[in-house]
Amino acid sequence: MIEGIFVEGLIYGIMVLGVFISFRVLDFPDLTVDGSFPLGAALMVQCLLSGMNGWVALLVAFIGGALAGAVTALIHNHLRVPNLLAGILTMTMLYSVNIRILGNRANVPVLNHSTLLTQVTEKFTGIIPDEYILLVFFLIVALAVKLLLDLFFRTDLGMTLGAMGNNEQMVISQGVNPKTLKTIGVGLSNGLVAVSGAFAAQYLGFADVGLGQGIIVSGLASVMIGEFLVLKSNRIGVLTLCALAGSVCFYAVMYLGRFYGYMIHMTPSDLNLIKGVLIIILLILTQVKKFKKNPFKVAK
Amino acid sequence: MIELKNVSIVFNQGTVNENQALSNISLKVKEGDFITIIGSNGAGKSTLFNTVAGTYIPTEGSIFVNDKNVTHDPEYKRAKYIGRIFQNPLLGTAGNMSLEDNMTITHKKGMKWLRRSLNNKTREYFRSELVQLRMGLENRMKENLVMFSGGQRQALTLLMMVISKPALILLDEHTAALDPKNAEIVLELTDKFIREYKLTSMMITHNMSHAIEFGNRLLMMDNGEIIFDVEGEEKKALTVEKLIQKFHELRHKTFENDRTLLSED
Repeated sequence: MIEGIFVEGLIYGIMVLGVFISFRVLDFPDLTVDGSFPLGAALMVQCLLSGMNGWVALLVAFIGGALAGAVTALIHNHLRVPNLLAGILTMTMLYSVNIRILGNRANVPVLNHSTLLTQVTEKFTGIIPDEYILLVFFLIVALAVKLLLDLFFRTDLGMTLGAMGNNEQMVISQGVNPKTLKTIGVGLSNGLVAVSGAFAAQYLGFADVGLGQGIIVSGLASVMIGEFLVLKSNRIGVLTLCALAGSVCFYAVMYLGRFYGYMIHMTPSDLNLIKGVLIIILLILTQVKKFKKNPFKVAK
Repeated sequence: MIELKNVSIVFNQGTVNENQALSNISLKVKEGDFITIIGSNGAGKSTLFNTVAGTYIPTEGSIFVNDKNVTHDPEYKRAKYIGRIFQNPLLGTAGNMSLEDNMTITHKKGMKWLRRSLNNKTREYFRSELVQLRMGLENRMKENLVMFSGGQRQALTLLMMVISKPALILLDEHTAALDPKNAEIVLELTDKFIREYKLTSMMITHNMSHAIEFGNRLLMMDNGEIIFDVEGEEKKALTVEKLIQKFHELRHKTFENDRTLLSED
Protein backbone atom coordinates (compact mmCIF):
# COMPACT_ATOMS: atom_id res chain seq x y z
CA MET A 1 0.00 0.00 0.00
CA ILE A 2 2.81 2.39 0.88
CA GLU A 3 4.14 2.30 -2.70
CA GLY A 4 0.63 3.11 -3.99
CA ILE A 5 0.55 6.25 -1.86
CA PHE A 6 3.94 7.39 -3.08
CA VAL A 7 3.27 6.62 -6.74
CA GLU A 8 0.07 8.66 -6.69
CA GLY A 9 1.77 11.51 -4.88
CA LEU A 10 4.62 11.57 -7.40
CA ILE A 11 2.40 11.37 -10.50
CA TYR A 12 0.26 14.22 -9.26
CA GLY A 13 3.42 15.89 -7.98
CA ILE A 14 4.28 16.87 -11.56
CA MET A 15 0.90 18.62 -11.73
CA VAL A 16 1.62 20.27 -8.37
CA LEU A 17 4.89 21.64 -9.78
CA GLY A 18 2.87 23.18 -12.62
CA VAL A 19 0.40 24.73 -10.18
CA PHE A 20 3.34 25.98 -8.10
CA ILE A 21 4.72 27.80 -11.16
CA SER A 22 1.48 29.59 -12.00
CA PHE A 23 0.24 30.36 -8.49
CA ARG A 24 3.48 31.00 -6.66
CA VAL A 25 6.18 31.99 -9.15
CA LEU A 26 4.07 33.92 -11.66
CA ASP A 27 1.34 35.02 -9.25
CA PHE A 28 -1.13 34.06 -11.98
CA PRO A 29 -4.04 32.05 -10.51
CA ASP A 30 -4.64 29.74 -13.44
CA LEU A 31 -7.70 27.49 -13.56
CA THR A 32 -6.88 26.00 -16.98
CA VAL A 33 -5.41 23.09 -15.02
CA ASP A 34 -8.82 21.43 -14.64
CA GLY A 35 -8.95 21.14 -18.42
CA SER A 36 -5.30 20.59 -19.31
CA PHE A 37 -4.95 17.59 -16.96
CA PRO A 38 -7.56 15.47 -18.83
CA LEU A 39 -6.22 16.96 -22.09
CA GLY A 40 -2.85 15.36 -21.36
CA ALA A 41 -4.57 12.10 -20.46
CA ALA A 42 -6.68 12.10 -23.63
CA LEU A 43 -3.76 12.93 -25.92
CA MET A 44 -1.57 10.25 -24.34
CA VAL A 45 -4.18 7.52 -24.60
CA GLN A 46 -5.12 8.33 -28.19
CA CYS A 47 -1.50 8.53 -29.27
CA LEU A 48 -0.73 5.19 -27.61
CA LEU A 49 -3.75 3.57 -29.22
CA SER A 50 -2.61 4.83 -32.60
CA GLY A 51 0.67 3.01 -32.01
CA MET A 52 2.91 5.98 -31.31
CA ASN A 53 6.08 5.64 -29.23
CA GLY A 54 5.28 6.32 -25.58
CA TRP A 55 7.86 9.07 -25.11
CA VAL A 56 6.74 10.86 -28.27
CA ALA A 57 3.17 10.59 -27.01
CA LEU A 58 4.28 12.19 -23.76
CA LEU A 59 5.83 15.04 -25.72
CA VAL A 60 2.55 15.49 -27.63
CA ALA A 61 0.71 15.68 -24.30
CA PHE A 62 3.19 18.30 -23.03
CA ILE A 63 2.82 20.42 -26.17
CA GLY A 64 -0.97 20.13 -26.04
CA GLY A 65 -1.02 21.30 -22.43
CA ALA A 66 1.41 24.13 -23.18
CA LEU A 67 -0.81 25.33 -26.03
CA ALA A 68 -3.86 25.26 -23.72
CA GLY A 69 -1.94 27.39 -21.23
CA ALA A 70 -0.85 29.75 -23.99
CA VAL A 71 -4.52 30.20 -25.00
CA THR A 72 -5.35 31.26 -21.44
CA ALA A 73 -2.45 33.70 -21.40
CA LEU A 74 -3.43 35.13 -24.79
CA ILE A 75 -7.05 35.65 -23.71
CA HIS A 76 -5.81 37.38 -20.57
CA ASN A 77 -3.20 39.48 -22.38
CA HIS A 78 -5.04 40.65 -25.43
CA LEU A 79 -8.66 40.87 -24.32
CA ARG A 80 -7.68 42.28 -20.92
CA VAL A 81 -9.76 39.67 -19.14
CA PRO A 82 -8.87 38.88 -15.50
CA ASN A 83 -6.63 35.79 -15.36
CA LEU A 84 -9.18 33.77 -13.35
CA LEU A 85 -11.85 34.26 -16.01
CA ALA A 86 -9.42 33.53 -18.84
CA GLY A 87 -8.56 30.20 -17.18
CA ILE A 88 -12.21 29.29 -16.68
CA LEU A 89 -12.93 30.05 -20.36
CA THR A 90 -10.15 27.78 -21.60
CA MET A 91 -11.08 25.08 -19.10
CA THR A 92 -14.69 25.10 -20.29
CA MET A 93 -13.67 24.94 -23.94
CA LEU A 94 -11.22 22.13 -23.22
CA TYR A 95 -14.07 19.93 -21.95
CA SER A 96 -15.47 19.78 -25.49
CA VAL A 97 -12.02 19.47 -27.03
CA ASN A 98 -11.15 16.55 -24.76
CA ILE A 99 -14.31 14.65 -25.72
CA ARG A 100 -13.43 15.25 -29.39
CA ILE A 101 -9.91 13.93 -28.82
CA LEU A 102 -11.35 10.83 -27.15
CA GLY A 103 -13.46 10.27 -30.29
CA ASN A 104 -16.78 11.59 -28.94
CA ARG A 105 -16.54 9.42 -25.87
CA ALA A 106 -16.15 10.40 -22.25
CA ASN A 107 -13.87 7.51 -21.35
CA VAL A 108 -11.28 5.52 -23.33
CA PRO A 109 -9.40 2.60 -21.70
CA VAL A 110 -5.80 1.54 -22.42
CA LEU A 111 -5.82 -1.45 -20.10
CA ASN A 112 -4.79 -4.10 -22.61
CA HIS A 113 -2.38 -1.91 -24.49
CA SER A 114 1.33 -1.31 -24.17
CA THR A 115 2.03 1.93 -22.28
CA LEU A 116 5.19 3.51 -20.93
CA LEU A 117 4.43 1.89 -17.58
CA THR A 118 3.98 -1.62 -18.95
CA GLN A 119 7.18 -1.21 -20.96
CA VAL A 120 9.12 -0.10 -17.90
CA THR A 121 7.66 -2.91 -15.80
CA GLU A 122 8.63 -5.48 -18.46
CA LYS A 123 12.17 -4.16 -18.66
CA PHE A 124 12.92 -4.16 -14.97
CA THR A 125 10.94 -7.14 -13.81
CA GLY A 126 13.24 -9.47 -11.91
CA ILE A 127 15.82 -6.72 -11.31
CA ILE A 128 13.70 -4.78 -8.84
CA PRO A 129 10.78 -6.32 -6.89
CA ASP A 130 7.71 -5.85 -9.09
CA GLU A 131 5.74 -3.70 -6.67
CA TYR A 132 8.58 -1.18 -6.42
CA ILE A 133 9.29 -0.77 -10.14
CA LEU A 134 6.72 1.98 -10.65
CA LEU A 135 7.70 3.67 -7.43
CA VAL A 136 11.34 3.89 -8.55
CA PHE A 137 10.30 4.96 -12.04
CA PHE A 138 8.08 7.79 -10.84
CA LEU A 139 10.63 8.85 -8.25
CA ILE A 140 13.15 9.28 -11.08
CA VAL A 141 10.64 11.03 -13.37
CA ALA A 142 9.39 13.45 -10.70
CA LEU A 143 12.91 14.29 -9.53
CA ALA A 144 14.07 14.77 -13.13
CA VAL A 145 11.23 17.22 -13.76
CA LYS A 146 12.05 19.00 -10.51
CA LEU A 147 15.75 19.29 -11.39
CA LEU A 148 15.01 20.53 -14.90
CA LEU A 149 12.73 23.18 -13.42
CA ASP A 150 15.42 24.18 -10.92
CA LEU A 151 17.84 24.61 -13.81
CA PHE A 152 15.27 26.56 -15.81
CA PHE A 153 14.60 28.98 -12.96
CA ARG A 154 18.29 29.72 -12.67
CA THR A 155 18.57 30.87 -16.27
CA ASP A 156 18.04 34.52 -17.17
CA LEU A 157 14.57 33.75 -18.53
CA GLY A 158 13.59 31.79 -15.42
CA MET A 159 14.79 34.54 -13.10
CA THR A 160 12.86 37.14 -15.09
CA LEU A 161 9.71 35.02 -14.74
CA GLY A 162 10.24 35.03 -10.98
CA ALA A 163 10.79 38.77 -10.98
CA MET A 164 7.55 39.31 -12.91
CA GLY A 165 5.53 37.47 -10.27
CA ASN A 166 7.15 39.74 -7.73
CA ASN A 167 7.14 43.11 -9.50
CA GLU A 168 5.73 43.46 -13.00
CA GLN A 169 6.84 47.09 -13.39
CA MET A 170 10.46 46.05 -12.88
CA VAL A 171 10.24 43.59 -15.76
CA ILE A 172 8.64 46.20 -18.05
CA SER A 173 11.42 48.62 -17.11
CA GLN A 174 13.96 46.05 -18.33
CA GLY A 175 12.48 46.16 -21.80
CA VAL A 176 10.82 42.75 -21.51
CA ASN A 177 7.26 42.24 -22.69
CA PRO A 178 5.33 40.83 -19.70
CA LYS A 179 2.77 39.33 -22.09
CA THR A 180 5.43 37.10 -23.64
CA LEU A 181 6.61 36.04 -20.19
CA LYS A 182 3.08 35.17 -19.08
CA THR A 183 2.53 33.09 -22.20
CA ILE A 184 5.76 31.17 -21.61
CA GLY A 185 5.12 30.69 -17.89
CA VAL A 186 1.49 29.62 -18.07
CA GLY A 187 2.32 27.43 -21.07
CA LEU A 188 5.10 25.66 -19.18
CA SER A 189 2.86 25.22 -16.15
CA ASN A 190 0.06 23.60 -18.17
CA GLY A 191 2.52 21.50 -20.13
CA LEU A 192 3.62 19.91 -16.85
CA VAL A 193 0.01 19.44 -15.78
CA ALA A 194 -0.72 17.62 -19.05
CA VAL A 195 2.32 15.37 -18.56
CA SER A 196 0.99 14.54 -15.11
CA GLY A 197 -2.39 13.77 -16.69
CA ALA A 198 -0.69 11.55 -19.26
CA PHE A 199 1.00 9.48 -16.54
CA ALA A 200 -2.19 9.33 -14.49
CA ALA A 201 -4.10 7.91 -17.48
CA GLN A 202 -1.50 5.16 -17.95
CA TYR A 203 -1.49 4.39 -14.24
CA LEU A 204 -5.28 4.27 -13.99
CA GLY A 205 -5.61 2.48 -17.32
CA PHE A 206 -7.98 4.95 -18.94
CA ALA A 207 -8.49 8.57 -19.92
CA ASP A 208 -11.65 10.26 -18.74
CA VAL A 209 -12.95 13.81 -19.30
CA GLY A 210 -13.77 13.98 -15.60
CA LEU A 211 -10.18 13.28 -14.50
CA GLY A 212 -9.41 16.93 -14.00
CA GLN A 213 -12.39 17.82 -11.91
CA GLY A 214 -11.21 19.71 -8.83
CA ILE A 215 -7.58 19.01 -9.66
CA ILE A 216 -6.66 22.68 -9.16
CA VAL A 217 -7.88 22.47 -5.57
CA SER A 218 -5.77 19.35 -4.97
CA GLY A 219 -2.79 21.09 -6.54
CA LEU A 220 -3.20 24.20 -4.45
CA ALA A 221 -3.69 22.18 -1.26
CA SER A 222 -0.49 20.25 -2.04
CA VAL A 223 1.47 23.45 -2.65
CA MET A 224 0.20 24.85 0.65
CA ILE A 225 1.01 21.70 2.60
CA GLY A 226 4.50 21.80 1.09
CA GLU A 227 4.97 25.39 2.17
CA PHE A 228 3.78 24.48 5.63
CA LEU A 229 6.14 21.52 5.96
CA VAL A 230 9.42 23.26 5.43
CA LEU A 231 11.09 26.31 6.87
CA LYS A 232 10.94 29.52 4.88
CA SER A 233 13.34 29.66 1.98
CA ASN A 234 13.50 31.34 -1.39
CA ARG A 235 15.83 28.82 -3.00
CA ILE A 236 14.03 27.38 -6.00
CA GLY A 237 15.41 23.88 -5.31
CA VAL A 238 13.89 23.86 -1.84
CA LEU A 239 10.58 25.27 -3.06
CA THR A 240 10.10 22.65 -5.78
CA LEU A 241 11.05 19.90 -3.33
CA CYS A 242 8.41 21.26 -0.94
CA ALA A 243 5.82 21.14 -3.71
CA LEU A 244 6.62 17.47 -4.38
CA ALA A 245 6.62 16.60 -0.68
CA GLY A 246 3.33 18.45 -0.26
CA SER A 247 1.84 16.42 -3.08
CA VAL A 248 2.92 13.11 -1.52
CA CYS A 249 1.42 14.16 1.84
CA PHE A 250 -1.82 15.38 0.32
CA TYR A 251 -2.38 12.26 -1.78
CA ALA A 252 -1.49 10.09 1.20
CA VAL A 253 -4.31 11.75 3.14
CA MET A 254 -6.69 11.25 0.21
CA TYR A 255 -5.55 7.63 -0.22
CA LEU A 256 -6.16 6.86 3.44
CA GLY A 257 -9.48 8.67 3.22
CA ARG A 258 -10.53 6.39 0.37
CA PHE A 259 -9.35 3.22 2.11
CA TYR A 260 -10.43 3.79 5.68
CA GLY A 261 -13.13 6.42 5.17
CA TYR A 262 -15.85 3.77 5.16
CA MET A 263 -15.20 3.18 8.84
CA ILE A 264 -16.65 6.59 9.56
CA HIS A 265 -19.28 6.16 6.81
CA MET A 266 -17.44 8.34 4.29
CA THR A 267 -17.96 7.83 0.56
CA PRO A 268 -15.55 8.84 -2.24
CA SER A 269 -17.89 11.72 -3.06
CA ASP A 270 -17.07 13.22 0.34
CA LEU A 271 -13.45 13.70 -0.67
CA ASN A 272 -14.05 17.07 -2.33
CA LEU A 273 -15.52 18.38 0.90
CA ILE A 274 -12.47 17.07 2.75
CA LYS A 275 -10.15 18.81 0.25
CA GLY A 276 -11.90 22.14 0.74
CA VAL A 277 -11.88 21.82 4.53
CA LEU A 278 -8.21 20.84 4.41
CA ILE A 279 -7.37 24.05 2.50
CA ILE A 280 -9.36 26.15 4.97
CA ILE A 281 -7.52 24.54 7.89
CA LEU A 282 -4.20 25.23 6.15
CA LEU A 283 -5.16 28.85 5.59
CA ILE A 284 -6.00 29.23 9.28
CA LEU A 285 -2.76 27.54 10.32
CA THR A 286 -0.77 29.86 8.04
CA GLN A 287 -2.44 32.86 9.64
CA VAL A 288 -1.60 31.54 13.10
CA LYS A 289 2.00 30.95 12.03
CA LYS A 290 2.28 34.50 10.71
CA PHE A 291 0.66 35.88 13.85
CA LYS A 292 3.12 34.09 16.08
CA LYS A 293 6.01 35.50 14.09
CA ASN A 294 4.78 39.07 14.04
CA PRO A 295 1.62 39.78 16.06
CA PHE A 296 1.44 43.39 14.87
CA LYS A 297 1.45 42.81 11.15
CA VAL A 298 -1.58 40.60 10.53
CA ALA A 299 -4.18 43.17 11.58
CA LYS A 300 -5.50 43.38 7.99
CA MET B 1 17.54 63.52 -29.23
CA ILE B 2 14.06 63.22 -27.72
CA GLU B 3 11.42 65.52 -29.06
CA LEU B 4 7.78 66.02 -28.15
CA LYS B 5 5.70 67.75 -30.81
CA ASN B 6 2.41 69.36 -29.74
CA VAL B 7 1.63 66.56 -27.31
CA SER B 8 -1.71 66.66 -25.51
CA ILE B 9 -3.19 64.16 -23.10
CA VAL B 10 -6.85 64.20 -22.19
CA PHE B 11 -8.22 61.72 -19.68
CA ASN B 12 -11.85 60.58 -19.86
CA GLN B 13 -12.43 62.46 -23.08
CA GLY B 14 -16.05 63.33 -23.73
CA THR B 15 -17.26 62.69 -20.20
CA VAL B 16 -17.99 65.04 -17.31
CA ASN B 17 -14.69 63.96 -15.77
CA GLU B 18 -12.71 65.16 -18.78
CA ASN B 19 -9.29 66.27 -17.65
CA GLN B 20 -6.67 67.94 -19.78
CA ALA B 21 -3.48 66.64 -18.18
CA LEU B 22 -1.08 67.95 -20.83
CA SER B 23 -1.90 70.63 -23.33
CA ASN B 24 0.08 71.13 -26.47
CA ILE B 25 3.53 70.44 -25.09
CA SER B 26 6.53 70.81 -27.37
CA LEU B 27 9.91 70.01 -25.91
CA LYS B 28 13.31 69.17 -27.29
CA VAL B 29 15.69 67.28 -25.01
CA LYS B 30 19.27 67.56 -26.25
CA GLU B 31 21.90 64.93 -25.66
CA GLY B 32 23.65 65.50 -22.34
CA ASP B 33 20.89 67.66 -20.90
CA PHE B 34 20.10 67.33 -17.21
CA ILE B 35 16.66 68.88 -16.86
CA THR B 36 14.97 69.52 -13.53
CA ILE B 37 11.20 69.91 -13.49
CA ILE B 38 9.16 71.69 -10.84
CA GLY B 39 5.48 72.44 -10.49
CA SER B 40 2.69 71.98 -7.99
CA ASN B 41 0.56 68.86 -7.63
CA GLY B 42 -1.51 68.22 -10.72
CA ALA B 43 0.72 70.34 -12.94
CA GLY B 44 1.33 67.37 -15.25
CA LYS B 45 4.93 66.46 -14.35
CA SER B 46 4.30 62.77 -13.83
CA THR B 47 1.95 62.65 -16.81
CA LEU B 48 4.75 64.10 -18.91
CA PHE B 49 7.08 61.30 -17.75
CA ASN B 50 4.43 58.65 -18.33
CA THR B 51 3.97 59.97 -21.85
CA VAL B 52 7.68 59.99 -22.63
CA ALA B 53 8.06 56.48 -21.16
CA GLY B 54 5.08 55.12 -23.07
CA THR B 55 2.68 54.35 -20.22
CA TYR B 56 0.22 56.80 -21.76
CA ILE B 57 -0.34 57.23 -25.49
CA PRO B 58 -0.81 60.94 -26.36
CA THR B 59 -4.31 62.01 -27.34
CA GLU B 60 -2.68 64.29 -29.90
CA GLY B 61 0.85 64.98 -31.08
CA SER B 62 3.86 62.75 -31.52
CA ILE B 63 7.10 61.76 -29.81
CA PHE B 64 10.39 61.31 -31.64
CA VAL B 65 13.57 59.63 -30.50
CA ASN B 66 16.52 60.41 -32.78
CA ASP B 67 14.00 61.47 -35.46
CA LYS B 68 12.20 58.13 -35.23
CA ASN B 69 8.50 58.31 -34.40
CA VAL B 70 7.88 56.25 -31.26
CA THR B 71 4.46 57.64 -30.33
CA HIS B 72 2.81 54.23 -30.44
CA ASP B 73 5.65 52.08 -29.14
CA PRO B 74 4.62 50.28 -25.94
CA GLU B 75 6.38 51.01 -22.65
CA TYR B 76 8.50 47.85 -22.63
CA LYS B 77 9.98 48.68 -26.05
CA ARG B 78 10.91 52.22 -25.03
CA ALA B 79 12.32 50.89 -21.75
CA LYS B 80 15.26 49.55 -23.77
CA TYR B 81 16.62 53.07 -24.07
CA ILE B 82 14.70 54.94 -21.36
CA GLY B 83 15.55 54.22 -17.75
CA ARG B 84 13.07 55.20 -15.11
CA ILE B 85 13.04 55.49 -11.33
CA PHE B 86 9.84 55.92 -9.38
CA GLN B 87 9.05 57.57 -6.10
CA ASN B 88 8.27 54.18 -4.57
CA PRO B 89 11.68 52.59 -3.89
CA LEU B 90 10.17 49.09 -4.10
CA LEU B 91 9.16 49.39 -7.76
CA GLY B 92 12.65 49.05 -9.20
CA THR B 93 13.68 45.73 -7.71
CA ALA B 94 12.21 42.31 -6.89
CA GLY B 95 12.13 41.95 -3.10
CA ASN B 96 11.81 38.15 -3.04
CA MET B 97 15.02 37.71 -4.98
CA SER B 98 18.65 38.04 -4.04
CA LEU B 99 20.77 41.05 -4.91
CA GLU B 100 22.82 39.14 -7.47
CA ASP B 101 19.69 37.74 -9.16
CA ASN B 102 18.27 41.25 -9.39
CA MET B 103 21.46 42.50 -10.98
CA THR B 104 21.51 39.61 -13.44
CA ILE B 105 18.07 40.61 -14.66
CA THR B 106 18.78 44.31 -14.86
CA HIS B 107 22.35 44.67 -16.08
CA LYS B 108 21.27 44.20 -19.69
CA LYS B 109 17.99 45.29 -21.19
CA GLY B 110 15.76 43.27 -23.46
CA MET B 111 14.19 39.80 -23.53
CA LYS B 112 15.98 37.09 -21.57
CA TRP B 113 16.44 33.55 -22.86
CA LEU B 114 17.79 30.27 -21.57
CA ARG B 115 21.33 31.46 -20.88
CA ARG B 116 22.69 31.59 -17.39
CA SER B 117 24.68 34.79 -17.23
CA LEU B 118 25.21 34.74 -13.46
CA ASN B 119 28.67 33.27 -12.96
CA ASN B 120 31.84 34.20 -11.10
CA LYS B 121 32.87 36.66 -13.78
CA THR B 122 29.63 38.63 -13.72
CA ARG B 123 29.55 38.37 -9.92
CA GLU B 124 32.93 40.05 -9.83
CA TYR B 125 31.65 42.74 -12.19
CA PHE B 126 28.54 43.35 -10.06
CA ARG B 127 30.70 43.55 -6.94
CA SER B 128 32.99 46.14 -8.49
CA GLU B 129 29.96 48.24 -9.50
CA LEU B 130 28.35 47.92 -6.06
CA VAL B 131 31.46 49.34 -4.42
CA GLN B 132 30.57 52.70 -5.99
CA LEU B 133 27.52 52.96 -3.71
CA ARG B 134 29.75 52.80 -0.63
CA MET B 135 26.98 51.06 1.32
CA GLY B 136 28.74 47.73 1.82
CA LEU B 137 26.20 45.99 -0.42
CA GLU B 138 28.99 44.17 -2.25
CA ASN B 139 29.22 41.85 0.75
CA ARG B 140 25.50 41.09 0.79
CA MET B 141 25.00 39.78 -2.76
CA LYS B 142 23.15 36.60 -1.68
CA GLU B 143 20.70 38.42 0.56
CA ASN B 144 17.07 39.00 -0.39
CA LEU B 145 16.21 42.60 -1.14
CA VAL B 146 13.36 42.66 1.40
CA MET B 147 16.14 42.85 3.98
CA PHE B 148 17.40 46.15 2.53
CA SER B 149 16.21 49.65 3.42
CA GLY B 150 14.28 51.86 1.02
CA GLY B 151 17.33 54.05 0.52
CA GLN B 152 19.54 51.07 -0.29
CA ARG B 153 16.99 49.71 -2.74
CA GLN B 154 16.61 53.08 -4.45
CA ALA B 155 20.41 53.50 -4.70
CA LEU B 156 20.57 49.98 -6.13
CA THR B 157 17.84 50.72 -8.67
CA LEU B 158 19.81 53.79 -9.69
CA LEU B 159 23.04 51.83 -10.07
CA MET B 160 21.41 48.99 -12.01
CA MET B 161 19.74 51.48 -14.33
CA VAL B 162 22.96 53.39 -14.92
CA ILE B 163 25.05 50.32 -15.81
CA SER B 164 22.52 49.35 -18.50
CA LYS B 165 23.46 52.72 -20.10
CA PRO B 166 20.06 54.11 -21.15
CA ALA B 167 19.88 57.04 -23.59
CA LEU B 168 17.53 58.96 -21.29
CA ILE B 169 16.75 58.60 -17.61
CA LEU B 170 13.54 59.78 -15.95
CA LEU B 171 13.66 60.40 -12.21
CA ASP B 172 10.19 60.88 -10.77
CA GLU B 173 10.80 62.37 -7.31
CA HIS B 174 12.95 59.38 -6.61
CA THR B 175 14.12 60.66 -3.24
CA ALA B 176 10.74 61.86 -1.93
CA ALA B 177 9.88 58.66 -0.08
CA LEU B 178 13.26 58.39 1.66
CA ASP B 179 14.36 59.82 4.98
CA PRO B 180 16.43 63.06 4.67
CA LYS B 181 19.81 61.36 5.12
CA ASN B 182 19.16 58.63 2.54
CA ALA B 183 17.54 61.15 0.22
CA GLU B 184 20.74 63.18 0.26
CA ILE B 185 22.92 60.14 -0.39
CA VAL B 186 20.77 58.99 -3.31
CA LEU B 187 20.68 62.50 -4.77
CA GLU B 188 24.45 62.82 -4.55
CA LEU B 189 24.86 59.44 -6.26
CA THR B 190 22.42 60.53 -8.96
CA ASP B 191 24.42 63.67 -9.69
CA LYS B 192 27.70 61.73 -9.66
CA PHE B 193 26.43 59.03 -12.07
CA ILE B 194 24.86 61.56 -14.42
CA ARG B 195 28.17 63.43 -14.65
CA GLU B 196 30.36 60.32 -14.91
CA TYR B 197 28.30 58.50 -17.51
CA LYS B 198 27.21 61.74 -19.26
CA LEU B 199 23.58 60.69 -19.06
CA THR B 200 20.73 62.67 -20.56
CA SER B 201 18.27 63.01 -17.72
CA MET B 202 15.06 64.57 -16.52
CA MET B 203 14.29 64.89 -12.81
CA ILE B 204 11.04 65.88 -11.15
CA THR B 205 11.47 67.45 -7.74
CA HIS B 206 9.37 69.30 -5.21
CA ASN B 207 12.44 70.96 -3.84
CA MET B 208 13.14 74.28 -5.57
CA SER B 209 16.69 74.63 -4.35
CA HIS B 210 17.48 71.15 -5.70
CA ALA B 211 15.92 72.14 -9.00
CA ILE B 212 18.23 75.14 -9.13
CA GLU B 213 21.32 73.41 -7.81
CA PHE B 214 21.25 70.40 -10.13
CA GLY B 215 21.19 70.21 -13.90
CA ASN B 216 21.71 72.62 -16.73
CA ARG B 217 18.09 73.32 -17.55
CA LEU B 218 14.91 73.94 -15.58
CA LEU B 219 11.27 73.54 -16.57
CA MET B 220 8.37 74.91 -14.57
CA MET B 221 5.00 73.31 -15.22
CA ASP B 222 1.52 74.41 -14.35
CA ASN B 223 -1.87 73.17 -15.44
CA GLY B 224 -0.52 70.82 -18.08
CA GLU B 225 1.78 73.36 -19.72
CA ILE B 226 5.45 74.18 -19.56
CA ILE B 227 5.34 77.80 -18.46
CA PHE B 228 9.02 78.49 -17.94
CA ASP B 229 12.10 76.97 -19.56
CA VAL B 230 15.61 78.24 -18.71
CA GLU B 231 19.05 76.86 -19.26
CA GLY B 232 22.73 77.67 -19.00
CA GLU B 233 23.90 80.89 -17.40
CA GLU B 234 20.38 82.16 -16.98
CA LYS B 235 19.50 79.10 -14.90
CA LYS B 236 22.62 79.43 -12.79
CA ALA B 237 21.53 82.93 -11.81
CA LEU B 238 18.17 81.71 -10.48
CA THR B 239 17.21 81.81 -6.82
CA VAL B 240 14.17 80.44 -5.03
CA GLU B 241 12.82 83.97 -4.62
CA LYS B 242 13.22 84.69 -8.33
CA LEU B 243 11.43 81.47 -9.22
CA ILE B 244 8.45 82.30 -7.05
CA GLN B 245 8.32 85.80 -8.48
CA LYS B 246 8.51 84.38 -11.99
CA PHE B 247 5.58 82.09 -11.33
CA HIS B 248 3.56 85.01 -10.05
CA GLU B 249 4.36 87.08 -13.13
CA LEU B 250 3.48 84.30 -15.52
CA ARG B 251 0.32 83.09 -13.93
CA HIS B 252 -0.97 86.15 -12.08
CA LYS B 253 -1.88 83.96 -9.21
CA THR B 254 -0.24 83.51 -5.91
CA PHE B 255 2.27 80.80 -5.30
CA GLU B 256 1.71 80.91 -1.57
CA ASN B 257 -0.41 77.79 -1.49
CA ASP B 258 2.31 75.96 -3.28
CA ARG B 259 5.09 77.12 -1.05
CA THR B 260 4.23 74.30 1.28
CA LEU B 261 4.48 71.85 -1.61
CA LEU B 262 7.62 73.33 -3.09
CA SER B 263 9.85 73.31 -0.07
CA GLU B 264 12.69 75.78 -0.21
CA ASP B 265 15.45 74.02 1.66
